This record gives sequence, structure tokens and C-alpha cells, in this order.
Amino acid sequence: MSTPSFDYLDRLEAEAIHILREVAGQFERPALLFSGGKDSIVLTRLAEKAFRPGRFPFPLVHVDTGHNFPEVLQYRDQLAESLGEKLIVRKVEDTIKRQRLREPGGKYPSRNPLQTYTLLEVIEEFEFDACIGGARRDEEKARAKERIFSVRDEFGQWDPKRQRPELWNVYNGRIQKGENVRVFPISNWTELDVWRYIQRENIALPDIYFGHERRCVVLPTGQLLGLSEHLRLDEDDEIVTRQVRFRTVGDSTCTAAVESDAATVEDIIQDLLLAKVSERGATRLDDNISEAGMEDRKRNGYF
Amino acid sequence: MDLLRFITCGSVDDGKSTLIGRLLYDSESVSLDVLAALEKRQASNGTVDLALLTDGLRAEREQGITIDVAYKYFTTPRRKFIITDAPGHVQYTRNMVTGASNADLAIVLVDARQGVIEQTRRHTLIAALLGIRHFVLAVNKMDLVGYDEAVFARIATDYAELTNHFNLPVATAIPLSALNGDNVVKKSVLLPWYTGPSLLEHLESVPGASETAAPGRFQVQYVIRPQTAELPDYRGYAGQIQSGQYRRGDRVTVLPSGLQSEIEAIEVNQQEVETASAPQAVVLRLRDDVDVSRGDSIVPLAEAPTPTRELEATLCWMSEHPLWPGRKLLVQHHSALVKAAIPAILYKVNVHTFARAAADSAQLNDIVRVRLKTALPLAVDTYLENRASGSFILVDELTGDTVAAGLVEAANSEYFTLPVGPPVAFSI
Repeated sequence: MSTPSFDYLDRLEAEAIHILREVAGQFERPALLFSGGKDSIVLTRLAEKAFRPGRFPFPLVHVDTGHNFPEVLQYRDQLAESLGEKLIVRKVEDTIKRQRLREPGGKYPSRNPLQTYTLLEVIEEFEFDACIGGARRDEEKARAKERIFSVRDEFGQWDPKRQRPELWNVYNGRIQKGENVRVFPISNWTELDVWRYIQRENIALPDIYFGHERRCVVLPTGQLLGLSEHLRLDEDDEIVTRQVRFRTVGDSTCTAAVESDAATVEDIIQDLLLAKVSERGATRLDDNISEAGMEDRKRNGYF
Repeated sequence: MDLLRFITCGSVDDGKSTLIGRLLYDSESVSLDVLAALEKRQASNGTVDLALLTDGLRAEREQGITIDVAYKYFTTPRRKFIITDAPGHVQYTRNMVTGASNADLAIVLVDARQGVIEQTRRHTLIAALLGIRHFVLAVNKMDLVGYDEAVFARIATDYAELTNHFNLPVATAIPLSALNGDNVVKKSVLLPWYTGPSLLEHLESVPGASETAAPGRFQVQYVIRPQTAELPDYRGYAGQIQSGQYRRGDRVTVLPSGLQSEIEAIEVNQQEVETASAPQAVVLRLRDDVDVSRGDSIVPLAEAPTPTRELEATLCWMSEHPLWPGRKLLVQHHSALVKAAIPAILYKVNVHTFARAAADSAQLNDIVRVRLKTALPLAVDTYLENRASGSFILVDELTGDTVAAGLVEAANSEYFTLPVGPPVAFSI
């Protein structure tokens, strides 16, 4: 028999499926954190490959900031419906009321930092012992050091100095009461890998990933932010209509659009091959605050 | 396009982070905003400090050292690469072992001014112990020795003596300067006497991972039982093929029970296929209704290992709390989790010489050979035969922490190096 050769996407896929099955095998109450973004959409496809013809051994959990793009929420509901899997939605709005948190201020109020509170609430409510997420190590330098099975204390905190060594493809999910594990099955994928996989698997995405006309405000940095009711605009803000798409789909108040008329996944891959600005840098306003921005938020329980 | 995973090993000032930074930078894998962040912090002489591309955590920036394993990615038209960057300090053997466990190739970095030093030996021996078969000796900082061929030749000869002495794979030696980019991605005109490939050219051409030559090994991770009206009796065993190939109709045995059956179907993404091979994630269905659960192995009848409750293993001890003989722990052999005890520490391995020395305990970063007894039989191979089925971790039952990496050396008592210790009682 000839020796089969596997494409790197085959290897990344096999690794991710293996990780998802380890979660199913090792934990009693796992959850898949679903944001509606392309990375978590890819996770649902991988979960189908891991567990069909059975049901997913975990619900999809969405932390809704209230600032999400409507197209993404619609996509989320349709996807959960077509998969026939359970979807749990918890709103940051409710956490703000319950915990009397202060709404973020400023012109572009981001509820990203508040998501952590809602996430910890939902983990407590359902006693989730493992939360699967679509984070990738290539997104940011602090993530590059995080394990695939990342143990968090009861406050969701990540301690980079207390990480367990992760050997071969043996994943240790044993935890003590109060702790939980964040699991990142596509840790080793890059943005380009995710897009090539979306293309290969013919995965449908929310429309906002593709080029479309949108009214945007031009930020002082030159970045474009789609207009929404949550922004607090001034008279002299420059409003333009541009052909744009989104590279990441987070909170609409802190996810910038990039100018593009890419209409297909193939166009996007070409865009990326030419792109000179990394995904987070192009689109996330919240990581620019300090160079250690992500490390700080992860220590505080952020995904 | 395939995938190559490699580890970089070097001492504190060998310029390892700079080398990785250079690979990313010259292969155009660094984006503008990341560069801009670097330039904000650049040295007064205007050059970009490429090491900052990998030194991710704040503590590392403050101390100027790499304290933990980091992963970096880049792609050329020929390959996708996953770089594991493990720190080189004496106290971080455990990081080196962790990084090497997943690597196909090791780049051993030396400073041309210093040549082969004690840490070079340690890095090489650990990488070899962990089963790496491809080595690159990267002689860095050639700019600081005037690009002198004789300096390079002497270091390459010293290193060849080392690999010969321990019967290790032959290394490819490459003279380079990570700081200036000589021979990292592009061949340098400053090293005209060197006729071999640049580092990247070499990385693009070495053979990648190959798991198919070994006998079939598969462990059940999860049992799929839909129990729906359409599929009332479906039982699928989900797992990843660790090595070898599986074919529909193969006679197989389930270990450790020893029950025999036949592969009725192999499913990949819900499609039935005739054959599948490592590293594919599959679902196996068996002809007979035998009892199979998570942690069980399904292996070809003709090439099945003998399950064992006693084995000899090399451990890299990774906990600050030392290991004493008699300690009870959990063995996690991939998806199999069993209680175990270590009745005896046979000897300690000196990671600079591979010499054996008597030891009554194992401290953090020690490499020791032990006898291990498990409460239930495990289907293992030796690590030399099979990197997947010959590896395991040890877990502290109370804290849940991973305390050791384990490599099976012998699973058959005939091959044990010393007489068996006293019996161990289990309570489960």
C-alpha cells in the first residue's frame, strides 16, 4: 500500500478533532463558546466531524454584548437550528444590571471587558468544567504561550507561570473544584489556515465577512468603524460610505472594517496573501491600549 | 503542502529569539503593525530587535529572557512551519522536553565564539532522547568571528564527535548570522566558502512527519452512541489513528481485554472509507458487540502489543516536589488513565554525558529511569518503536498537575535492567 501524504490542513483538522474528543472524554459539563465569528464557526464544523452521527456532547454558549452585528445574531440562530444543537445565550446587559457594573464610556464604548463578567456568570450557572474557544496562537504574543488545555482558577484567571507542561498530544484536563479549563482546538492554525479551511469545506459565513457597502466613521487612526446606534458621534466626525468587509467579528463598537471588495472566500485569501497588517492590528481597537493588553485581560479571566 | 514542526534550542545569549525573528522577518511573515510596535521599542541605533517578536510575556520583556515554551507559525510556498521556542536555561529542561516532544527536527544553536558547550550537549541529548531524528547545527554569530571558515569547521567537527560518540543522527551544520540575516533565509555572499543550503532551504527540504511505517495503533477517545430512532444500535469508536493504517475487514483485538473482532466500517467525517491511516481522526465500528470504552486500544491482531502492568520508563521530572520511590500517581497514556506506583528509581541520567548514576529521588528537571507498576494493564510499545504509543504523562492525583513526561523503555520484564522491586498494593 502506498504511503498517503497528508496536507497540512488535514493534520491541523485531525489535531483539532482529537482535542475536541479529549474534551468530550475528560469533562462532565463542557461548553463550546460560540461568538458567531469565523473561528467559532470552524469549531462547529470540526465538532460535526468529531461527534456525528451523535449529538455534540456540549451546548453552544454565546455571550451577547448587545453590540453585536445583527447579521451575526441571525446567522448564530440559523446555525444552531440547522445543527439541531442546544444554544445558550447570556447577555452582558443583564450582568450589568445584576452586578451594577458601570457601562463603558467614551466615544466608542466597548463592552468587550464586560464580557468576562458574563462569561464567569454563565460558567457558574451551568457549572461548566471546560469551555472550548476558537482562539489561535498566531493572534497575539501572549496567546502564543498559552496551552491548548489552559487551566483557570475560579476567577477565570490565567497564570502564565503556573501552566502545565503539554507533552506530545496528551492533554491533561484534571482540575480541582472551582477550577475550569479553557480549551483551544485551533491553537496551531493561522488566520490564513482558517480561511483555507473555510474554502475547502465550503463553510457558509455571515455576510459581513465579505465586501459590502457600509456607512462608517473614520477614526483618528484612519481605521473605519461601521456606524451603529452605540457610537457617540460628534458633529465633526467624518462619515463615509465605503466598500468594506470585517476580518474579525467582535463587538461592533471596537471591531473596525477594512476596505475590500472581496466577494468570495478565494478573494479574501488573495487579500490576505497581500495583506500587510495582522488581523488584530487591523481591526481590534482594544489591544492597542497597551502592548501587554491581551496578557492583562487574560490574567483577569478573559478568553 | 505539508507541515514541519521544529524546535530551536540554545543557551541564553546564543541569539535564538533573534534567529526565529529573522526567519519570520525574512520570510515576510511579520505584518506592518507588529513591526510598528517593535519599532516603538527599538534600540537607539535604529535597528529592530527581532527577538521581541517571540519574547511575548511581560515578565520576559522585563528580564530579557524567554521563560516558557512559545509557538510561532510561518508558511512558505513549500511548507507550513510550527516553531517551538523553548528556553535554554539550566533550570528549564522541562520546557525543552515539552517542546521536543512534538518536534520533527531540532535546530541546535551555538555561538561561533564559544563553540560546543555543555548546554549544547544537553540540548542535543534531550532532543535525541525525545525521538528527534533530524538535527541542524546552526553556528550563529559568524559575523563576530570574521566569517572564518576554520572556526565553523572546528565547531562542526566537535559536534560530529559528540553525535558519533552517542550514536546520534548526523546533523546538518550551517554557518549563519541571525542578526544580519546571513544564510538564514538567503544565502550570504559573506560566506562564499559555504556551499550548502541556507537554513530555510534546508527546513523546506527535510522529510516531514511519517507515522505510517509503524504497526496500527488506535485508542478510543469517545464512544458515539446516538440512540435515535434511525440509529438505535449504532456504536462508533471515535479516536485518532496514532500510527500505521487500518482497513475495513481487518482482524483486530481490543486491549487490554483481548477480545477479538473485525473492523466493520471506518468512517471519516461520516463517510465510510476503505482505509485510513495516521494521523487521521476516524470512527471505527466493529463487527461484534464487544465491550469497548474510552482508553481501550483497537489494534491489528497480528501486530498487537502485550498489555502490561509493569514497565520500565525514562521520566523527565517536572515538579518542584521531588519524586521518591513508592510514590503513587496517575498514568495518562493518551486517553487511558490508570493508577500507578513507582516502586524503584533505577538510576539518574546525566544529561551532559548520558552517564548513569545512582539516585534515591528525582528532582525538578532530572531525567531518571524508573520501574512503574499500573493498576490496570496498558497497551504500550517502547518509545523507540513508537513515539505515540510509547509516551505517557504522570499526573499528581491531588493537584491534577502534570509532574512528569514518560518514555516507555521496556514493557516486557525480560528486558528489564534490574531485578523487580517489592510488590505494590493498589486500592481503587
